Amino acid sequence: MKEENFLSIIGKHQAHLGGLISILEDIQTEYSYLPEQALRLVAQETGFSLVDIYGVATFYKLFSLKPRGKHLISVCSGTACHVRASSGVVEEFEQRLQINAGETTPDGEITLVTVNCLGACALGPIVVVDGYYFSNVNRQMVGEIIDNARAGIDRVDVDTDERIFPIEVSCPHCNRSLIDKNFYIDGYPSIRVTVSFGRRHGWVRLSCLYGSYSVEQEYEVPIDTIVDFFCPHCHAELSGVSDCTSCGAPMISAFIPGGGVLHICSRRGCKAHMLDLHGASL
Amino acid sequence: MINLIINGLPVSVEEGATLLEAARFLGFPIPTLCYIDGLSPYGACRLCVVEIGEGPKAKLVTACTYPAEEGLKVRTASSRVIKARKMILELLLASCPQSKTIQDLAAAHGVRRQRFRQEYEDCILCGLCVRMCEEQMMAKAIGFRGRGQNRSVGTPFDIQSDICRLCGGCMYICPACQLRCTYTEPEKAVCGGCENLSPPCLEKEQFDDMMCYMDPCVACEITKD
Ligand code: SF4
Ligand code: FES
Ligand code: FES
Repeated sequence: MKEENFLSIIGKHQAHLGGLISILEDIQTEYSYLPEQALRLVAQETGFSLVDIYGVATFYKLFSLKPRGKHLISVCSGTACHVRASSGVVEEFEQRLQINAGETTPDGEITLVTVNCLGACALGPIVVVDGYYFSNVNRQMVGEIIDNARAGIDRVDVDTDERIFPIEVSCPHCNRSLIDKNFYIDGYPSIRVTVSFGRRHGWVRLSCLYGSYSVEQEYEVPIDTIVDFFCPHCHAELSGVSDCTSCGAPMISAFIPGGGVLHICSRRGCKAHMLDLHGASL
Repeated sequence: MINLIINGLPVSVEEGATLLEAARFLGFPIPTLCYIDGLSPYGACRLCVVEIGEGPKAKLVTACTYPAEEGLKVRTASSRVIKARKMILELLLASCPQSKTIQDLAAAHGVRRQRFRQEYEDCILCGLCVRMCEEQMMAKAIGFRGRGQNRSVGTPFDIQSDICRLCGGCMYICPACQLRCTYTEPEKAVCGGCENLSPPCLEKEQFDDMMCYMDPCVACEITKD
């Protein structure tokens, strides 16, 4: 059964063989490691020799020949992070998880690896848990990061999903940016607006990633309530002209600098949103 | 034809010829370690360095991989070359002092001391065995694995390869690793022919195109008796 799976992955690349790394990447994504059987099948199907495939698989840190845990913690030990004492952070992780870097906890939950530079040196030491970045990590933070990792970091997979990208929006009345650089959601500055519902007023911060539904709010807005949105700068209402196509509640609008309007449904829990680009090229 | 000048002597060589070939044609000796006729040049050991260019632009390149260029001025024994060569030999000695080949080369080039931390590697990653296996034995049973500090030569998954015909070519050509012939873990050995005591010639009918490089050969010794 597993064999068929491998074959179907290899089959997908049949059209342009030569993409050895893409095949290995796909297998790695599916199984979180490269099983021996899979590599042998790749050799058989693609005609590459097993030695070369093995060489590639062991050359790149991205690939692992041993099963990895559910969660992957990568600690940067690149030069910049190293001088900011990332080795201490690695040590702390090793002590707390009772494993060495490169190993997986016996319960199969966490794999700890060190990597060389993640390209965010100014924020080092950097630790990445399942694609989520932690910056300026010190020994004291390690315990919390491990707890986070075990609990599972809930996050849209920004890097692999092309439908998701960050956008910037501004108030259509005062033209000031609604982006709040001091508050991050999904690893990006959030969109801040004020809302009112019933007799309550408070802030809501939305993820600026188009396609992500992550929100943070001052007051919990009950699901299905229709709320009014206001600009936090000029307090004008961000009303829109259209109604939501899926639930009928009014859509609110915000400007996208450079041309375009973002429409969001004002009903809490309704996920309708729409990007209206007036001929603007993406 | 390409015309270049080696140590002041003009020479014309065919397009695609390397500096090493051109220099050897003129009879200038350039020591080599990872270059052997019949195998593709690889440029791993750096022992064949020569100096090309002039003035501040002069630089050291490996003669075994550098193609001859029109009008190039090459020096095969400038003081810079000699110094670099000695240093390379010293470093090779530091990593693999037990190798007879390296010892001989070092002695021949007047290397009298070795100032680096002594390692006792059994491989200098020259890639001769890998090329031998692929290019002469048509097998591709061994290759490079890993990278950087963890780079090593061996079979995939470190288990005896089913492509390997135990020809012994890798051991024959290796400048460093007599150790491999007496490998202590036969199942992990590149070949392990001697440990496993099953040289391929004993079952000759299986490989009629077999080439054997084992010397002294265990099987021959056995059949002699
Ligand atoms: S095993 Fe020997 S021949 Fe092969 S790369 Fe190492 S030193 Fe060179
Ligand atoms: S060194 Fe750690 S991110 Fe560059
Ligand atoms: S002989 Fe040229 S680099 Fe080894």
